[in-house]
Amino acid sequence: MSINIDQALQTFIAEARELLEDMENSLLQLESTPEDAEIIGAIFRAAHTIKGSAGLFGLDQVVGFTHIVENVLDRVRDASIRIEGDLVALLLECRDHMTELVNVIAEQGEQLDEAALGREQFLRKRLQAYQGVQAGHAAVVVEPEIESSGASMEGPDNWHLSLRFDREILKNGMDPISFFRYLGTLGEIISIVTLPDALPPVDEMDAELCYLGFEVNFKSDADKNTIASVFDFVRENSSIRILPPHSKVAEFIDLIRTLPEDEKRLGDILVSIGALTRQELDEGLAAQKNPKADGSTAPLGEILVGQRSVEQEVVQAALEKQSQARESKNKENRYVRVQADKLDELINLVGELVIAGAGANLLAQRSNDSSLQEATSTMSRLVEEIRDGALKLRMVPIGDTFSRFQRVVRDVSKELGKDIDLVISGAETELDKTVVEKIGDPLMHLVRNAMDHGIESAEKRLAAGKPAKGTLKLNAYHDSGSIAIEISDDGGGLNRDRILQKGLERGLVQPNQTLTDQEIYNLIFEAGFSTAEAVTNLSGRGVGMDVVKRNIVALRGTVDLESTAGLGTTIRIRLPLTLAIIDGFLVGVEKSSYVVPLDMVLECVELTESERQGMKERSYLNLRGEVLPLVPLRTHFEIEGSHAKRENVVVVQYAGQKAGLVVDELLGEFQTVIKPLGKLFSNLRGISGSTILGTGEVALILDVPSLVQQAEHAEQS
Amino acid sequence: MPIRAETRNGVCHLAIEGEMTIYAAAELKSELVPHLAEPRIEIDLSGVSEMDSSGLQLLILAKREALQHGRILNLTGHSKAVLDVLDICNMAAYFGDPLIISSHA
Repeated sequence: MSINIDQALQTFIAEARELLEDMENSLLQLESTPEDAEIIGAIFRAAHTIKGSAGLFGLDQVVGFTHIVENVLDRVRDASIRIEGDLVALLLECRDHMTELVNVIAEQGEQLDEAALGREQFLRKRLQAYQGVQAGHAAVVVEPEIESSGASMEGPDNWHLSLRFDREILKNGMDPISFFRYLGTLGEIISIVTLPDALPPVDEMDAELCYLGFEVNFKSDADKNTIASVFDFVRENSSIRILPPHSKVAEFIDLIRTLPEDEKRLGDILVSIGALTRQELDEGLAAQKNPKADGSTAPLGEILVGQRSVEQEVVQAALEKQSQARESKNKENRYVRVQADKLDELINLVGELVIAGAGANLLAQRSNDSSLQEATSTMSRLVEEIRDGALKLRMVPIGDTFSRFQRVVRDVSKELGKDIDLVISGAETELDKTVVEKIGDPLMHLVRNAMDHGIESAEKRLAAGKPAKGTLKLNAYHDSGSIAIEISDDGGGLNRDRILQKGLERGLVQPNQTLTDQEIYNLIFEAGFSTAEAVTNLSGRGVGMDVVKRNIVALRGTVDLESTAGLGTTIRIRLPLTLAIIDGFLVGVEKSSYVVPLDMVLECVELTESERQGMKERSYLNLRGEVLPLVPLRTHFEIEGSHAKRENVVVVQYAGQKAGLVVDELLGEFQTVIKPLGKLFSNLRGISGSTILGTGEVALILDVPSLVQQAEHAEQS
Repeated sequence: MPIRAETRNGVCHLAIEGEMTIYAAAELKSELVPHLAEPRIEIDLSGVSEMDSSGLQLLILAKREALQHGRILNLTGHSKAVLDVLDICNMAAYFGDPLIISSHA
């Protein structure tokens, strides 16, 4: 490999990596829908394209290995081997190895290390089991039978046999001619070309060795196994290639390439016996030699598809494919890669702009200058749009994070010997990029935990009357200003008593304490808590859940857990959508201002005099027949001063629970730039941050989740 | 002695008797090769009782040798066994000799 890795090769590497990614996804899909011919086709094409392009660059190691994989995929495609778990696992490993091979190329000149080479040997051996009839005995490679779907890519009507026998065949008492006689009983030999090319000069020729090669055009209704079995007794070292009727031109070209004789001569022979037309041959060979004009390299198969211009259906498909490729390229071009810190800087500036804008707005209102007021209100509208736009830049769908777990679930379930399905929903739900990055690890832990401890072994499941296959669900949705991520399993649920007992042992619960189920379940988030009987490789060491919780709390999120014995467990993580700027609702108590995140505000109600009287005895309100627990901010924050003349209730909702915050004044909507509180205030309950008002005063941002919980608690006790 | 050789009118007449199979191949080759230097060779195959790939291969070798050196090699009197093999392997055209078209059962 040259030191100066050229651009085309880079393109190949990028393309190959993409294809390998697709291949992995398709393989994982295949596990759930093993019969899906489209997916199998996609996997095959990926391997085929990689092999083809690698061939153009002379990357023999890639070609060699991929070729074997492709052969096996070929046999999958024509249904001579069935897709089952082991095969998918093997193919996934092969994919990983191919990735490694590509990486080696990308790193230029690096050689595969010993371990990787060993792995390759092992993989090759395992692939052999799938490779062909009597693999390892006779190298009989049966080419796939292409379902002839209408006009698509039909080759000749007859079988094509390409035979290069073992030199020793005659000495072993077998005569190629006798094979042909036998073949004659299975069908009609349309024509044979005998190739004496390998015959050495007179002096070197050993009359007892067989130097002849044969190309046979054979018409038969027998299936390929029957035909292949004719050559069963030929010892290894023979090269027996059988192309079924209607094989693709590409396969003939492939055949030509792999046979020892000269390409052109073989091509002529294939034409002469009617396997190919002259035009097909010339175009196929020429296209293979000339890379596309734009410098990118097209795999042979695609070129041939593109060139079979007589077949409208195929051309159509090829064009579609091309336009798809173009489209995805355009899509790529529409993205601009921006460094994350530049984006953060922009968001910060927008935050400052919002604060400055609010200040200007306030001054304008005081000035009584209506044209100035108009100008500032236009400006604040624009600032708001800029803010939203800037924040959207950081929003990414959670789907990518979720789909990473497909492979995790697959591998871990294999490791555990359980059969587990991953169901993903809400993948398009968007959330802040920084949140996405930080949620990966906690999610991973929860997923592994659910698989390890949540879902029972197949026997236990069957005994409990559940399907043997466990299901793990990942779900995400937006819910009042936050994103909820659920990890649910249909396993055995949490063992309430065990957790309680363990809690007592660890001194987390006092013996006389009465706890709700919810509180007991939440004990598993305490430090050093593990109920796993066996510490497995995966989880159960008791260092997990508390770390998960800490990570989530650090993101201003919450985590809670629902569990039904025998039916499963759902862990729900709630995270704020963004960490920077929110739409707030400003309220006032005495002289202080507070901000409630607007997404959580349901409505505002004015308290009547009688209700205010009633509040002295009870801390809830009858809101249209519903009990609404109240949190009077005045008492909560111990604000001194006489009660205001009027009081209002801001009804807020979080996680399906409602509460009313009792305030003096409703000051309206306010764009809130969240400024984190210093470490000193980190233990404050009910406050999640601060912001700066237009006047320069500080307003505290209310931590609605904790206030709601508190209200709920007060109501229950 | 499966090959009888005699030269008449500058033509080397060879007659192969018996089977042209793997069992006789080595011997046949050693007997055939010395004659290949002759400018005109005619091989009579009427006495060939059996033929396999090795026999065919020998004939191809002889023919190729002749073609390469601009000599003339003709096969005559093809026996049924020979015709059969030439037919199956589609090699009649290669040798370019007139054949008696068999009914080819």
